[in-house]
Parts: sequence; structure tokens; C-alpha cells
Amino acid sequence: MPKTVQLKIKRQEVPESQPYWEEFEVPYQKNMNVISALMEIQLKPVNVKGQATTPVVWDCSCLEEVCGACSMIINNKARQACSALVDDLEQPITLEPLTKFPVACDLMVDRQIIFDYLKRAKAWIDVDGYFFSGPGPKVSETTRRFAYDLSRCMSCGCCMEACPNFNEKSAFMGPAIIGQVRLFTLHPTGQTSKDQRLEALGGKGGIGDCGNSQNCIEICPKGLPLRRAIGEMNREVFGYKVKKWLKAD
Amino acid sequence: MANGKVIVIGGGLAGLMTTVKALEAGLEVELFAYGPSKRSHSACAQGGLNAAVNTMGEGDTTWEHFDDSIYGGDFLANQTPVKGMCDTAPDIVYLFDRMGTMFNRSGEGRIQVRRLGGVQYHRTVFSGATTGQQLLYTLDEQVRRFEDEGMVTRYEGWEFLSAVQDDNGVCMGITAQELTSMEIRAFKADAVVMATGGPGMMFGETTNSTLNTGYAAAQAYMQGVKYANGEFIQIHPTAIPGADKNRLMSESARGEGGRVWTYKDGKPWYFLEEWYPAYGNLVPRDVASRAIFKVCVDLGLGVDGKNMVYLDLSHKDPKELDDKLGGILEIYEKFGGQDPRKVPMKIFPAMHYSMGGLWVDFDQMTNIPGLFAAGECDYQFHGANRLGGNGMLSAIYGGLSAGKGVVGYVKNQRPSDKSAALEQEVLKQKEDFKAILQMDGSENPYAIQNELGDWMTKNVTVVRYNDRLKKTDEKLQELTERFEKIKINNHNLWCNQNAVFIRQLWGRLQLARVVTLGALARDESRGAHYKPEFIERDDENWLKTTIADYSPNGPKLSYEEVDIQYIKPRVRKYDVDKEETMHA
Repeated sequence: MPKTVQLKIKRQEVPESQPYWEEFEVPYQKNMNVISALMEIQLKPVNVKGQATTPVVWDCSCLEEVCGACSMIINNKARQACSALVDDLEQPITLEPLTKFPVACDLMVDRQIIFDYLKRAKAWIDVDGYFFSGPGPKVSETTRRFAYDLSRCMSCGCCMEACPNFNEKSAFMGPAIIGQVRLFTLHPTGQTSKDQRLEALGGKGGIGDCGNSQNCIEICPKGLPLRRAIGEMNREVFGYKVKKWLKAD
Repeated sequence: MANGKVIVIGGGLAGLMTTVKALEAGLEVELFAYGPSKRSHSACAQGGLNAAVNTMGEGDTTWEHFDDSIYGGDFLANQTPVKGMCDTAPDIVYLFDRMGTMFNRSGEGRIQVRRLGGVQYHRTVFSGATTGQQLLYTLDEQVRRFEDEGMVTRYEGWEFLSAVQDDNGVCMGITAQELTSMEIRAFKADAVVMATGGPGMMFGETTNSTLNTGYAAAQAYMQGVKYANGEFIQIHPTAIPGADKNRLMSESARGEGGRVWTYKDGKPWYFLEEWYPAYGNLVPRDVASRAIFKVCVDLGLGVDGKNMVYLDLSHKDPKELDDKLGGILEIYEKFGGQDPRKVPMKIFPAMHYSMGGLWVDFDQMTNIPGLFAAGECDYQFHGANRLGGNGMLSAIYGGLSAGKGVVGYVKNQRPSDKSAALEQEVLKQKEDFKAILQMDGSENPYAIQNELGDWMTKNVTVVRYNDRLKKTDEKLQELTERFEKIKINNHNLWCNQNAVFIRQLWGRLQLARVVTLGALARDESRGAHYKPEFIERDDENWLKTTIADYSPNGPKLSYEEVDIQYIKPRVRKYDVDKEETMHA
């Protein structure tokens, strides 16, 4: 008997329809990951009962865990499907779409809200223009290292999935956004306009809604220094509010 | 809206750079992409960006960068745009520096540089080993800033279907399809820029992302845009073979001291260092890939008798490796299961980049007025072989030039206001899509794709023989016939990824013939194009750009003169220093 891989996939045809489970068995290959298992279903869309079915819909792009596209829940944990190697997973491997974002189809979800929150947090450097006018400010290698670690955030949504305070009842923008605000308040040019970001993070859905469960730190596939970022932003936002209150007085 | 409206297709480095430049000039922009910009293939670029910033006092100059690029491209690139790119490179680095890209720093806090292949200077600025991701994010953030001000609309999750021309043949917009609702619509614009990336999926096994379908460029080609130098395909020497994709191991691994070797007579054999003493492990990609092929295929000396050799960093300081190469070491660890700080990595060449692409003029405009192209989908900057670190540079510089080109173009020319062509094209695209949904033959489209990839990888990559190229073209024609007999197993009008895949496959088959027949015709060896039967570069007959025009019976090839006004072609060899080749 050739070796096979058992999969149990939560499927949903359209956003309004009821999800259902469908099981598959695909041929095993050495070093295969969840993506290559899904590709096997694409090649031969037949479920474990031998019934012809539609191929499973999912999101992916780089397949090397740098683009953030293929987040899904694999054996009850939110992670990237590309770096989920079949050999490391208990079977049947269960695949489900992220639950904190609306399902578009099967394993594909709509994560637009992450980018909307990045807008709200003003997560960019305000440059004067895109002409050439010499180098930017000098940055120490120590600062650069911390900033670089934060700037590897792929907006994959895993931290939001794992966060108990990020859900449809709450306005909390989520851990990734706090990390990005930390990044842009770290940069010398970003510091000059940091008040607008602290205002966003001090307001509704901001850092005050973080319940300190620290799930984000555990789940982040890129190991972003979120603990430090959240701690430092708590202090910064507090300082900003005190300063604002004193000025208002 | 007085200044005009531009549609940009593609949310990677080239598309975003074009977008920012057009927005800065006051144009309205609509940006179309498969998904959010952060998912673009630019994120996979690792090693860095070449610019003669000379922060190490080596006396590096933009002229030296220009000469290395032309020499590295085996003299096939038009020299004027390449010179412009190299002259502008330091300013591009400083612009990204101002926008907040976290480039690695020297002790003094200045931008650090490292070496990549085909170059004897430290000229590559970098951000760990995920430089493309960092540059991409920087531009994405800037576009988000404009989005916040309501100046740009992003259409994410859309596929470009076709360019629409007015009665005078001027581009007046596009048709596109939303990939969840499958809705097909026309969008009007004064100019359109394609920044749609490379055609990697044509080879099946590639370092490219799954969204590098090449479909948009193929569609433009089928609509009459000339496709230039299609036969020049870069095979990256160091990739980790995998079931779903071949993952790139950046050239920066060698830039930071990585050595390539295999066993010979029971002892480590550093064949690149032995064969190319002047450049060692940092020979250009075409040279390194051929050498690894020779060792594995011709000499049978691959590791464990298989098609792989070692790429070794285990002698380096792990802390320094983490700072400079962390991103790629993590990839090897996660996907290869071993720690490259301790054991040598096993690698083999894989299809990586297309030097060829849509023909553009020096302002990045194609032969269809008002339709521009930039980034990997154009052919502009790399000639017969691209140097490591010039890819991101050319995407950004091409985007800058296209942005400027578009701004200049819409000042003087606009398509006619008749919109009948847009409506007609939407009807046609809807019909075509309906026809795909009704395909009820016996062929599996994914099986056709696998055969396409196998044939292209076996016969149209590192070593090329005319008889095999001929057979490959016959195979492509057979696959084209079998395409008509595809059976679609998904008739949904919601998130139908299968119908989209089938449409893309058609474009891929057409473009594969351009690559294969271009290679068959070119009886010489130049850069990445290598024929053992024609081992020398033949400037007398072949110092010319291949141009493919679409016809239903296959591409029609013609040739165009190359701009060589600055640097006279000379023999290209990497066993000796470049200076020696100048006096030969």
C-alpha cells in the first residue's frame, strides 16, 4: 500500500452558507507540506468516499513563509500552511479557515480589516516627497535590529486569531498593529510625527484593549518581539496621555 | 481628476513605485492586484539592492556598476536605460532610507554594503536576507498613506483580463475580473501600466510565487505587444528542491562567505573557487548554474550521487549569520529540517527570473500607445543574464521611469472618449469566461500544467539542444490541442480558482512557445542561453534583441539592434579580473 495523508477540511461554499467537513486522502511525498497536499486535491478532486467534489479553495503565494497569505487553522493552531510539514502533523490533519475574519470560500478569508487598521494607526513615515534629497537619518545598528524584527510582520493575522481580545464584539486593532506603531515611533523621522500614532493607539480599539494574554507572542510565525513592543507602547501611550492632560490644563 | 487617471496592474515593487510617482504628480491611480501588496512576489527577493554608494571607501562608482551590469548581461541589454538605472541607484537607496527601510548599518550608523555575484566591489545594500520584503513594505506603507487621503483606490483580489484600445489603437483602459464574485468589469484610464511580474509558473518548478503566472504579460502579447528576449531565462544556482516549490537560497549566502563544494576523491572540492579564481563563489548566476550542472550531470559528482551540491556557511560566526542572513537560514531550517549554521545546505539550480519580457521604449512604454510596462514583466535592463541585486533595482527604477513616463504621456495624449470598445471587450471577456466554465472534455488542466513544467524545465533551462527544443515546441503544440479538451470540475460562480487557472494556462502555453522558439533560433551561447552545439557568443550574427509578435500559429520572430553606444562588447570571462578582459 502506498503511503497516504489523511485530511479533514472545513469547507464553505459562500459566505452565507453553512460550513461542512469533507475528508480526503492524498498520496504521500517526502517533505510535503499542507500546500502540496491541497495541490494533490486540486489535481484529483475526489473525497475519501470516492465522490467527485470541487477542489478546495485557499490563499497562497510565496510558499516560503514570507508573504503571509496562507494562514489557516491547522490541527487547531493558526499558522502558515506552507511551513506546516506533513511529517510533523498528527493525522487526520484538520484544516479550518481563520475564525476572526469573514470566510470568502473554504479556507480563504478576507483580512482587509488588518490593512484598514494599519491606515488608522498611520503606520508609515511621513516623507516630504519622492524626489531625491540625500540620505535619511543615521540609525544605530542596535535600533535597526529591533526595528527590522518588527518590520518583518507579514500581516498574516495569526496573532489576531490567537488574541482573546480581538473579535467581532471588540474594536481592538490587535497585536500586529501595536508592533507596527512601535516600529514607526522608533524611526527618527517617525518620532517627529508620533503623536498621531499614539493618539490612535490611545483611543478606541487601542492598546487599552490588550488583555495581556500574550497568546500573540506564542503564535507569531516570525517571532516578532511583541512583548517588548506592547510593553514599550503602553508606557509611551501613558506618557502621551499625561502630557496631553497637562497641556490641556 | 484634472491631471488624468492611470491604472497600475501589480502591487509589487514596480507597481507601487509607479503608483507613488504618479500620485505625487497629482494623477489619480487605480491599483489592481491579485491580493494585498504584502503578498506580492517582491517579498521573496532576498539578497539586496545594488547601488554604488561606496560606503566602504573602495572607490566604487556608478560607471563600474554600469560596466558590471552590461558585462554580466553579456552585452545584450540596451545601454542607455541600464546606465540611467545605475546612475540613479544611490539616490534610490537614499529615498528608501528616508522612507524608513531598515537597511543593515555599519558601526557608524551608515548603510552597510555586501558583495553579490559578478562584481568585485561591496555594492549591495540589504535588510537582513529579506530585503525585497522590506522595500516592498516601505512602498506599501507610502501607498497606504495616499489611500488614507483618498487619492488611490486599490482593487485587490482582481485579475487583469485585457487592455482595451480605442479606434486609433490607443490604450483606453482595461477589463478585469474580481476573483471572489467573478464579476467582469471595464475600467477606463488615460494610461495603463503593467507591473505584473515574471512567468515562473511556466516552468512548474521555480523559485517564483504561485501568483507568478505570467498571464497578464501573455495576454498583452496576444493582444499585440511585442515580447522581447523571451529565451533568456535565469536559472538560480542555489535553491532547495521541494514538492510544491524550489525555495531560493539567496546569493547573499555566498556574498557573506558561503562556499560551494562537493566530494571528489573523498575530499571536499571547491570547484567554483578552482575554476574561477578571480570571482570564486561569486561568479554570476549563469556561470554558477552551468558549473553545478557540469559537476552533477556530466561528471556525476553530485552529493550522494544525486543532483545536488553543498552550499556551506558552517564555518561562519552564527551571530553574524543571524544578523545578515537570518531570513534565509530560517527558511532552510523550517523547510529543510537542518541548521545551516552547523551543517552545509544541499542545493541545486532552479528557474528564477525572466530577463525577457514585454518590449518597452526608454520611457517604459510598449508598442501600444498608453500601455506601459515595468518590473520583471519588461525586458529592459538585464540583457542575457541578470546580476544579483539588480532585480529589485530594476523593478524600482523601471517603476520610477514608468511613473515619469506616464505623467509625461498623459500631458500630451489621451485616448478618445468613445467607450464602445470598453463595453464590447467586457462582453467578449464574459463570453470567453463562460466558454471556460462549459469545458467538458477529458483533460485535466493541472496535468497539462505539470507536463508543461516538466518539458520546459528539462529542455529550456541551463543547457539547450536544438533537437530537444524542436521536440519541446511540438509538445507545446500538442498541449495546446489538448487544452481544448479540458474538463472543468468546478462550475461555481464564486471563487472559481479552477476557471482562472485554465485561463492562465492558455496564456502560459503561448508564452512558452516564445521562450522555446526564441531559444531554438538563437544559434550561439550568450549569458543564460547556452547551447553546447554553439558554444561561443556570436556578435556578428546574434548581437541583437529577439522580438516575438503573436500570431495564432505561433510567434513570429524578428530582431532589433542593441544600443551599445557606451561600452564596446568584449569577451566575458570570470576566471580572471575584469581589467584583463579590457585589454584582450
